[in-house]
Amino acid sequence: MSAVILLIAVPWLAGLLLMGIRSERLRRGVVIGTVLFAAVGSVNLALRLFQTGEVFQVDSHWVNWMMLALEAGLAAYLLRVGWKHRHPVIVAVALSQTALMAWFELSHGTGLRVGQNLFVDKFSILMALINGVVGGLICIYALGYMREFHEKHHPEIPDRRPMFFGLLFIFMGAMFGLIFANNLLWFYFFWEITTVCSFLLIGYKQTEESVQNALRALNLNLMGGLAMAAGIVLFHARTGSIELAVLFQKTPELVLAPVALLGFAGLTKSAQLPFSRWLLGAMVAPTPVSALLHSSTMVKAGLYLILRLAPVLYGTVPGTVLALTGAVTFVVTSFAAVCTSDAKKVLAYSTIANLGLVVLCGGIGTYEAVWAGILMIVFHAVAKCLLFLCVGVIEHKLHSRDIEKMSGLILSLPRISVFLQVGIAGMFLAPFGMLLSKWAVLKAVVDSYPLLVVFVCFGSAPTLFFWVKWLGKLLEVTGPVENREKEIGRGEWVAMGALTLLTGLTCLFFPLISSELVEPYVMEVYWRTAAMDHGNFVIMTIMLCMVGLFPLSFVNYKRKVHVMDAYLSGANAERSSTQFLDARGAVRGMTLRNYYFQDLLKEEELVRGGLFAGLSLLVFLLGFVLL
Amino acid sequence: MSPGWRLIIYLVAAPLIGGLLAGLDRKWTARMQARQGPPLWQPFYDVVKLWKKETIVVRRSQNFYIFFFLLLMIFTGGLFFAGSDLLLVVFALTLAGIFLVLGAYKASSPYSFLGAERELIQMMAYEPMVLLTAVSIYLVTGSFYVHDIVKHPNLLLSPLPGVFLGFLFALEIKFRKSPFDFSCSHHAHQELVRGLTTEFSGKALAMIEVAHWYETVLLLGWVYLFFAAMPLVGVLGTLAVYGFLILTDNTFARLKWLTAVKSAWAVTLALGFGNILVLTLLRY
Repeated sequence: MSAVILLIAVPWLAGLLLMGIRSERLRRGVVIGTVLFAAVGSVNLALRLFQTGEVFQVDSHWVNWMMLALEAGLAAYLLRVGWKHRHPVIVAVALSQTALMAWFELSHGTGLRVGQNLFVDKFSILMALINGVVGGLICIYALGYMREFHEKHHPEIPDRRPMFFGLLFIFMGAMFGLIFANNLLWFYFFWEITTVCSFLLIGYKQTEESVQNALRALNLNLMGGLAMAAGIVLFHARTGSIELAVLFQKTPELVLAPVALLGFAGLTKSAQLPFSRWLLGAMVAPTPVSALLHSSTMVKAGLYLILRLAPVLYGTVPGTVLALTGAVTFVVTSFAAVCTSDAKKVLAYSTIANLGLVVLCGGIGTYEAVWAGILMIVFHAVAKCLLFLCVGVIEHKLHSRDIEKMSGLILSLPRISVFLQVGIAGMFLAPFGMLLSKWAVLKAVVDSYPLLVVFVCFGSAPTLFFWVKWLGKLLEVTGPVENREKEIGRGEWVAMGALTLLTGLTCLFFPLISSELVEPYVMEVYWRTAAMDHGNFVIMTIMLCMVGLFPLSFVNYKRKVHVMDAYLSGANAERSSTQFLDARGAVRGMTLRNYYFQDLLKEEELVRGGLFAGLSLLVFLLGFVLL
Repeated sequence: MSPGWRLIIYLVAAPLIGGLLAGLDRKWTARMQARQGPPLWQPFYDVVKLWKKETIVVRRSQNFYIFFFLLLMIFTGGLFFAGSDLLLVVFALTLAGIFLVLGAYKASSPYSFLGAERELIQMMAYEPMVLLTAVSIYLVTGSFYVHDIVKHPNLLLSPLPGVFLGFLFALEIKFRKSPFDFSCSHHAHQELVRGLTTEFSGKALAMIEVAHWYETVLLLGWVYLFFAAMPLVGVLGTLAVYGFLILTDNTFARLKWLTAVKSAWAVTLALGFGNILVLTLLRY
């Protein structure tokens, strides 16, 4: 129990401390120390394997008052932000949700009985592991990255690193709080903190664009916050309780409307279709922030909530609407990822697409679907984090994050290129985690809503396309390039190396993760669970070993083979695979460029269509709540 | 028969059958074009000859990918004939195909690069239909496992006629037969020189050829599943399907890739999804 409170409190204290530290060495010490604490703490929590339903009695009186005070402070801050940037929607939403919550808490002040404010189960342990380990690695990476960011690449941006690192840890602490909260008011409090932290981090550069995008993120996420506040008030009005655990003891009819509102909040955080734009805009932030938002924190908070609610959503109208929203999001954003060559944007679209699959699972709400969804959260966090961190380094070294510029990366940044290849393979290829979970999703969908399978099938096709063409670009070499890998700092290597290892290990230990953490949770909630057949698991392991053998073939690299020039219609310039003689005998260079279908698929049109579909589904969801 | 025996038989017999089918293909194609055509065993002679050639490459690692393409293709077929999960077979097949594409990317020549890109487009075109086929078979038989599906008492073709036709469409793309041979073709009239195999020669080309034999047997095995309740009809039906593929190969001109993708997806939606829709409606 104290372990849980420490996991929330220590990152917060460290965060506050870091805000005041200007010395780089001291900062490094504090960051590494806190990260070690968070990682070891969450692993320790997992190893102790709490018995199911372990609960805590926290003397919550003063904590509640402190939260109320902090919430009031946050509200005042948000109003100021909204006022300063002339953003009436932010002002209105912030005002209304604060008014709602203040009225609720003050009018029920003493009547709100909460048996347990915090709880730990296997699902929250799994989320804590992701937050502690993956989130921790991002913080380590950020140390070197941010130094280079300010000293070499963006001297024009004011150096506000103390605030930056402080926010990273407050973010992490809030995420820990969120996954351990049973008291919905606490949940809401931590939820709002992550919203504000992401707003501040996205706007870190303070350029016109980053301020706009940060405001958009704030705006959309506050709407989710408002929905959540309304959901909590409604939940209390119907059941007289504000505990998450009580939600599952009531009949679905009673709690369905508040659950739909909470689901709405989940959609905003996990950037599903009508709200997807904030996550795309968040790219302007320094890379560690993107990695944090995409893999271990922010968006996973939304998914966590939706998957928690899954048992109530099973077979209901809001559940179906959420499932459809996820399915549509998956297809639309997968196609959108095909037509852009901006690496970060591809990653962002793929995140939204994969989150769509998890939302689809949550909306379906069967035990199979929840099992698949949780697995997907785990694998996605690791692989996507690795990809972002690699792209961050590449952006610094190549001064571009255009995928087309990554040709020859295997020569200029060989190890980064290999990490990136592992990450990409981890996102969609057969023996790796994301495919395992996608497979589980497919089976879950077939068993519940067979017609929705068509979304999964048509979304998978473009996924394959955009990942393989990126992979191909990494392999292809058209000329000598110099190696630029020496200047990369130790922290970056540690983070990326560890994540590469984790991508492989999570696949290898997939049965362990499933049987020790995911299945017990699903069992607890549904009294039955899904698991992968033993035979299939053996086959997957064999495949993993086969793919793992591939690097060994490079032993033959120096073997004597006849190396010839590439075929250029017989018009090669002297000894060249890349230059040829044109009709006049002049030497010309050839270029290789992937297809992006930009004249066929208009990114804006696609997204606009998706927004429309998402919005209609959302209206449907809200209509359900009101009626 | 135990899965072990089936596997051994598959490993030995598949290249033999696949090679003979390839020979048959060339023979039939020649006859349709009023030529004599090579002997039935010609594909084997070709592979033996290729194997004796010097290894010539553009990039030193390009052939490593091809070896893994062959290895994974054999593995995929093994999964299928050992009676494994059909979805797993699809994923393994995709993995194998991606190794071939990566090899072509690695070669870094304009023709192989474009071929690789187009092969990806072909994969994108047939993948939804292949997945939907696996799913619809599951909906009818209640199992993804090939060893259960084979034992299904009724002809799968009768509840799944649309899916079957859609699957034929996907096969045509998968075999890179005209009108969908835009990434690489067996005929001499390829617009991209030799597409994704442009830079492969000697042993690598031989491996691609052998992998293709294994693939043919695997995919025809899948076709057989639709008739599995009546083994004799199944064998004849599968052969008829192979003949049909060769006939279309020789009677259609190559489509543009965009038309190919659009038509493949339209077919997937109309026949594949339509069939599943009817199935689910009938069930409720």
